[in-house]
Amino acid sequence: MHELSVATSIVKIVQQEVNKIKGKTVLELYLEIGKLSGVEMDSFYFVWPQCINGNVLAQTKLFVEEPIGRARCAECETEFHIEKTFDSCPNCNSPFKEIISGKELKIKKIIIK
Amino acid sequence: MCTTCGCSSDENEIRFTKIGEKQLHSHSGHYHTHDHNHDHHHDHHFDHDHDHDDHEHHHDHFHNHSHSHEISVVQLEKDILYKNQLTAERNRGFFEALNIFSVNLVSSPGSGKTSLLERTISDLKDKIAFSVIEGDQQTTNDADRIHKLNVPVVQINTGKGCHLDSEMISRAVKELKPVQDSVLMIENVGNLVCPAMFDLGELKRIVIISVTEGEDKPLKYPDMFSGSQICIINKIDLLPYLKFDLEKLKEYAKKVNPHLTFFEVSATSGEGLSAWYDYLTQSIKK
Repeated sequence: MHELSVATSIVKIVQQEVNKIKGKTVLELYLEIGKLSGVEMDSFYFVWPQCINGNVLAQTKLFVEEPIGRARCAECETEFHIEKTFDSCPNCNSPFKEIISGKELKIKKIIIK
Repeated sequence: MCTTCGCSSDENEIRFTKIGEKQLHSHSGHYHTHDHNHDHHHDHHFDHDHDHDDHEHHHDHFHNHSHSHEISVVQLEKDILYKNQLTAERNRGFFEALNIFSVNLVSSPGSGKTSLLERTISDLKDKIAFSVIEGDQQTTNDADRIHKLNVPVVQINTGKGCHLDSEMISRAVKELKPVQDSVLMIENVGNLVCPAMFDLGELKRIVIISVTEGEDKPLKYPDMFSGSQICIINKIDLLPYLKFDLEKLKEYAKKVNPHLTFFEVSATSGEGLSAWYDYLTQSIKK
């Protein structure tokens, strides 16, 4: 259940940003959680309400972008879609690749009042 | 309730115990990595003068910080786990400076992590200085086993937590005081999912799998295998009694992580351990 740690880290970072500009509440929060990031979104949404209860995020509208997995083959440079981190290149079957998207775990933007 | 560790009651807090010091270092105090937000209001409402030798500044400070009706858009672009990553890098710098070969041992429960540690330490402790950090949700059982071998050991009990993080390691290392040119074994909480996401600042991550588990574990839990550099296959003395295809396991593991290095061992019979021992001995040679 590391989604709990992820959610509490988000709350902590957002709270700091709110304090910095002496805001009162967060209207909107934009996250990027890639399909290959290791975060189960069902678990994340399960723990989220518990984590924001009574703090600056309590009334926040949450927007989560979930970039899909993409990789570039290290052998033939084909770019391809990956469902799992260990998918091989569809062109040359090489397992060696660079993952170019899907691993994101980021706070993009916060709208604070 | 503290949502990270669930420490609303005593039995769920994170605890650090250095074994063998008459429990002097038993930290049963709350360990919160989470900030409790204390609101401070900095109202700069004063004027002040700086006198310099040849000139004089006069600053008027009259900031009224009341943004309550303004809307601010903060483009943060920040990694959610950046704090863990920062502390992990600090840990790594400390280990590198002192030539401490730190390894993070991850596996499912029951793969034989602690038995492998016991065997390794008792066979090599005359040649290599060891220290150990044990991570479990509850009990100091594992640390007690290691303590019998007379090596420094700190037990971290994560309460409800399912993994160790870099901040816990930073704190445990301060208790442990590992010596220069030594090996630090960090035995993570037995769990093949959550510890994968948390860099502790180790120099190598080692995933242990035993032959009593399924060959397809690397495919089922790819994050753990792709984040590790070494895979130790334990309990190979049991192979004659099992329908376990060792080559299949390696094939699956290599599919997930083509760079994995394998050691095939039995912590009970001692089979295959010499290659693992050579590796450890080489790792702290400068």
